[in-house]
Amino acid sequence: MANLFHFYTEMGLVELLGKKAKNLAELLEGIRTVPGSCIYHHTHKFLKQHHFLSPEPPNDFAYWTGSVFGDELLSETLAAVDIIQFRSIRNLREKFITTIEEHLNQGFEDRNVFSGYEFHFMSSRSFVIKTGDEAGNLQEFLQIIKKIDTHALYFHIFEARIRLERADNDFSYWLASELGENELARRIAHIDPYTITLEGLRKKIVNLIEERLHA
Amino acid sequence: MRNIDDYRAIVGDSVVDNLYLLARQLGGTVVQNINSTATGGGVAEILNRMIPLLNQLGINAHWDVIKGGEKFFNITKKFHNALHGVETDFSPDELEHFLAVNHQNAVEMNLYGDIIFIHDPQPIALIERRPEIGRNWIWRCHIDFSRPQNDLWLFLKNYIERYDTAVFSAPAFARNLSVPQVLIAPSIDPLSDKNRDLTEQEVQGVMEKFGIDPEKPTVTQISRFDYLKDPVGVINAWKLVKKYIDCQLVLAGGGATDDPEGEQVLREVQEAANNDKDIFVLQLPAGSDFEINALVRGSSVVLQKSLREGFGLTVSEALWKERPVIAGAVGGIPLQITHKYSGILTRSIDGTAFWIKQLLNEPEFAARLAKNGKEHIKNNYLITRHIKDYLLTFLSLFHKDDVNFFH
Repeated sequence: MANLFHFYTEMGLVELLGKKAKNLAELLEGIRTVPGSCIYHHTHKFLKQHHFLSPEPPNDFAYWTGSVFGDELLSETLAAVDIIQFRSIRNLREKFITTIEEHLNQGFEDRNVFSGYEFHFMSSRSFVIKTGDEAGNLQEFLQIIKKIDTHALYFHIFEARIRLERADNDFSYWLASELGENELARRIAHIDPYTITLEGLRKKIVNLIEERLHA
Repeated sequence: MRNIDDYRAIVGDSVVDNLYLLARQLGGTVVQNINSTATGGGVAEILNRMIPLLNQLGINAHWDVIKGGEKFFNITKKFHNALHGVETDFSPDELEHFLAVNHQNAVEMNLYGDIIFIHDPQPIALIERRPEIGRNWIWRCHIDFSRPQNDLWLFLKNYIERYDTAVFSAPAFARNLSVPQVLIAPSIDPLSDKNRDLTEQEVQGVMEKFGIDPEKPTVTQISRFDYLKDPVGVINAWKLVKKYIDCQLVLAGGGATDDPEGEQVLREVQEAANNDKDIFVLQLPAGSDFEINALVRGSSVVLQKSLREGFGLTVSEALWKERPVIAGAVGGIPLQITHKYSGILTRSIDGTAFWIKQLLNEPEFAARLAKNGKEHIKNNYLITRHIKDYLLTFLSLFHKDDVNFFH
C-alpha cells in the first residue's frame, strides 16, 4: 500500500534587510551579498502576490530594472531567466549576477534613480503547516488538488524544489515513487510553473490527472 | 461585533482556515498590545478591530494603554513630526520627561504578555523592563519612517535594538538595524462602514444629499485638506479636463478644526474652486464613513494626487470598491497600483488631467483597471492578510529558521 501524501500549506513572512540599491552597480552588489532567502523572495514573491490574475514579471529584479530604472533590455533578459532550470538558490543567484555583469560590460548606462525609487532588498521566511489533507490513491489526490488552497500548491511545486532542493516537485515524486505513475509524474514535472498563475497550474494538474484516470 | 468567519464570504474559506491553522501553532499565547491611546487615530482603530478577531482565533490578545499628561503628548507629537522629516528641536528636558513617563508606566504597568507588542514611539522605552522580566518583545512602527530626523532616530534606535523584532509598514521605512525587521503593510476592513457593499439607492441617496448629479461623470478625491494631498492641484487638473468633458469634482475630507494649516489649505481650495457649481468641497464631520463610502462608489474616477504619502490607504479603499484610481507615485501608493494594470500612477497636474480624460473616455479600460485593482487589494491589503502577518510575526519569535515546519 502506498504511503499517504500529506498536504502542507505555506505562509511567508517578509523581512526587510534595510539595504537598498539606487543603480545597477548597487543592485549587483546586493544580489552578490544578500542571504539566499532574499534571492528566493525577489524571484518568487510575484507568484503569490498576483496569483489570481495573469502572470506578472516573474521576478522583482526584472520589474525594477524595467519599470523603475528604465532599462527594458536588461529587464527583459532578467525576466527571461528560466528559473525552472535552476536546482538551487545558489545557482539562481549566479545567473542573475552574470546577466547584470554582462549587461554592464556591454557598456549600457548605469545611473542613479531618484530618491524614493530605490530597490529595497527583502527576504522571506516560510512557515509550512500540515493541512490535515491526505491522499492514498490518485482519485483522492485529485479531489484534494481541486480544492486545496493555492498556498499548498505553491509549497509542493515551488518551494519544495528550489528552496528545499528536493529532486523534483513533491507531487511528481510521490506519484512516481508511491503510485508508479511515472508518465503522469513526468508530465506534471514538465509544466513550467513560472509562466502560469497558480489557478492555471491547478487546472493543468487536474486535467492531466483526469486524462490519466479516463485513459 | 464582527466574527472572523464573516470574512469567509469575501476572501474565501482557505484564507480563514489558514488563520486558524496558524493560530493553533501559537496555542493560547498571551499577546499584550500596548499603545498610547484607546480612541482616535489609526492605531486604536486597527487594534479595536484586530483584538476581538485574534481572540476568536484562539490567541489570548489584550490591549493596554500607557498614561501620560499633556506635556508628554506634546513631546510625542513633536516626535511624530520629526519622524516625518520636519526639522524639530528637542531639549534635554523633553527627552528626560519622555523617558520619565515611560519609566513610570514601566514600573506601574502589569506586563503579563508572553509577547509584549508595543505600538509606535510613545511607549517604546517600556523595554527597560526586559532585563528583569524577559518575554518576547515586538515594536511596531505605524508611521512613515522614511526620513526621520537623525538625532531622534539615534535616540529611538537605542531602544528599538533591544526588541526581538521591529515591524514597519513599507519597504522604504526599513533602517540599518541589528534586529530583524518585518514588513507588515496596513490593511482595510471590507466589513467596516467605510468599505462594506452599499446598494445603489444608498449611493444615490448620499450623492443627492450633497447635490451631486448621479448622472454626470464624477471625479473624487477623499483626503484631509493638506498641502501634501495637493487639493489645489486636483482642481487645476479637473479644470483641464472640464474643457473637453462635462464632469463634476468632489473634494471631501475631514474638517479643518484646530489645524491652522488645514484652514489655510481649505481657504485656498475654496478660492481655486471659485464657486464653480460643478465643484463640491465637502467638509465631513468625524464618523462620516458611510458617506465617504457612498461618494467613492458613486465616482467615475477616484484621485489620490498626493505629493508625499505614508502608505495611502485611501487608494486601497477606492480600489476595493472597484473604482479606477489615479494616484501620485509616492510612498506606499506604487505598492497598491501597478501603472496601467491596476490603476494609473502620475507625477504632475498635466499627467493627472490626461489620464482623467482617458479613463472618462474609455470606460472599458477604466473598468479593467478597477477590476484588477480590486483583486490586488483582496489578495494583499485586507485585514485578514494583516492578521496573518501578525500571527506569522508572533510565530517567528519562537521559530527562527528560513523554513519552519509544523507537522
